[in-house]
Amino acid sequence: MAKTLAEKVWDAHVVRKGDGEGANAQPDLLFIDLHLVHEVTSPQAFEGLRLPGRKLRRPDLTIATEDHNTPTLDIDKPIADLTSRTQIQTLRNNCQEFGVRLHSLGDAEQGIVHVVGPQLGLTQPGMTVVCGDSHTSTHGAFGALAMGIGTSEVEHVMATQTLSLKPFKTMAINVEGTLRPGVSAKDIILAVIAKIGTGGGQGYVLEYRGSAIRALSMEARMTICNMSIEAGARAGLVAPDQTTYDYMHGRPHAPEGADWDAAVEYWNTLHTDDDAAFDVEVDLDADTLEPFVTWGTNPGQGVSLSAKVPSPDDFGDENAKAAAERALQYMGLEAGTPMKDIRVDTVFLGSCTNSRMEDLRAAADIIRGRTKDPAVRMLVVPGSARVRLEAEAEGLDKVFKDFGAEWRFAGCSMCLGMNPDQLEVGERCASTSNRNFEGRQGKGGRTHLVSPVVAAATAVRGTLSSPSDLDPAPESAAVRVDAA
Amino acid sequence: MEKFTTHTGIGVPLRQSNVDTDQIIPAVYLKRITRTGFEDALFAAWRKDPSFILNQAPFNAGSVLVAGPDFGTGSSREHAVWALKDFGFKTVLSSRFADIFRGNSGKQGLLAAEVAQDDIELIWKELENAPGTEVTVDLVSKTVQCGNIVAPFEIDDYTRWRLLEGLDDIGLTLKHEPDITAYEATRPSFKPKTLPARLS
Repeated sequence: MAKTLAEKVWDAHVVRKGDGEGANAQPDLLFIDLHLVHEVTSPQAFEGLRLPGRKLRRPDLTIATEDHNTPTLDIDKPIADLTSRTQIQTLRNNCQEFGVRLHSLGDAEQGIVHVVGPQLGLTQPGMTVVCGDSHTSTHGAFGALAMGIGTSEVEHVMATQTLSLKPFKTMAINVEGTLRPGVSAKDIILAVIAKIGTGGGQGYVLEYRGSAIRALSMEARMTICNMSIEAGARAGLVAPDQTTYDYMHGRPHAPEGADWDAAVEYWNTLHTDDDAAFDVEVDLDADTLEPFVTWGTNPGQGVSLSAKVPSPDDFGDENAKAAAERALQYMGLEAGTPMKDIRVDTVFLGSCTNSRMEDLRAAADIIRGRTKDPAVRMLVVPGSARVRLEAEAEGLDKVFKDFGAEWRFAGCSMCLGMNPDQLEVGERCASTSNRNFEGRQGKGGRTHLVSPVVAAATAVRGTLSSPSDLDPAPESAAVRVDAA
Repeated sequence: MEKFTTHTGIGVPLRQSNVDTDQIIPAVYLKRITRTGFEDALFAAWRKDPSFILNQAPFNAGSVLVAGPDFGTGSSREHAVWALKDFGFKTVLSSRFADIFRGNSGKQGLLAAEVAQDDIELIWKELENAPGTEVTVDLVSKTVQCGNIVAPFEIDDYTRWRLLEGLDDIGLTLKHEPDITAYEATRPSFKPKTLPARLS
């Protein structure tokens, strides 16, 4: 029978079909190939194992790192915030007790859990990957079925290496055409979310397809899959291809020798069959796409950067109208204001959405030889300690520092402000992260979600800007606008 | 998990769509390592406003939250469910729930009942006209009653069964342990393991 990619991965992991059929069907029990763990959603799960004396079933399919709470300055000193310090110490104790591999602050492999898995080669096509974090969808870029789960499910995976899952529906997101310079993966996914809404993907696994997706690098595909959750989807994925294999080859945990050949043979089967049907298909035109930016307080409230702040009257639905009114008030915006007239106080380049080498390179290419608006604070937070080291080897740290940006250590940082990196009340931020919720980056903070190159151009001009708004740099020959 | 059959309690109308889990419980409260004691964290930012509905009697004693569409979007934090339960909520009504929130609720015995938006609007009006009106949520008959309004709600059969029986998921799965062991024996050798660690 013809199957979609997501169905193939699902079927390959069924430990036990659920009893019953139709509406009375019980969930299937699925095997989990990789469980990623961090300090925030795991302590209660470890405690849940400990109380009845249960074991961690597969320490060899589990890996932990510290990311949400970790400071991005003074990482050689004890963590100042006592509750953060306790939570991280609890992870360290639990990993030691249960035999889990842990990459702690200061380790070269420490970093945002969704950056660490792929960079170690642990994320591979056709796998099931879970983590107590909604942005686990990132790993779908490899053709893996990757899902965020809650703490009860974390405990369930620890005890059984499986999850009981109800079948999902499938949605194709077809992106055809060629992105224009200055338009990137982030703009694709922000446009998709604006189109289908924050609830549009509920109950679905999204498969990103089409010539524009095939042309993207692995890191750009990760940016897109990362924000599947912002469309409400259970997961998002891209079929593996030569781009995937080239990225994987030689990574520490990539298969080697005969295993590599066997793996590639299997991975080559991981695509949606030509005659398979999706439950829903959505089309997006890459040729006409412009840089995208959010104006409101949910990721679906986005427009082209060249547009104006919408009016609540633009929305027919009463709930959407009320949500727009509330969002404009929270964001301190007037309907009709050109987005490019909006001044920001802070630019944040980081998060599991956009903190990889390509993101840093793309932003560095924009700012190289230019001057930062002196009123703007810019924070650059690499996704992992390894990314930070690689960037420094390329001299990117110097580009950012010369520009006047702060070059920080790795972690989730200002994406959610669990560490000291937070916005002040009323402070406005152009952020490459994934959520513009009220108070997400700090109580009273105002977030505009943007791509790395828009973030960089905004830091130059002080107002929301695309790279094409910039005057030529003094050494413009050095400028390269990669789609990242 | 405690069994859930039916619950009657004061309804709280929360006229807002896209109530994300960062609003239900801000990230700063996620640093705790316990599974209880989150009542102070529920809607912490909104509760600083004295006019917020949960700061007003009789809604501060509510146990049935009636919310707009797309409730529980965003972060996977199960702390959102713990905070709702610790505050005293037994059930949340909405026309659409985010998938992860819905799953977390089912694991923790908080009933996420999917009610048509038209019915939600009627219940909102009833609760606003007569604050303190009780709402009955009956999981056996899958109906909600508020004043003269009786509306059906949706919940998947498996979650309903687990809630009605108060069943623990891990216990259920471990009954199939031999199936897990048999599956593990078939996994191909090229699939990665985290141990022993290989480094760059």
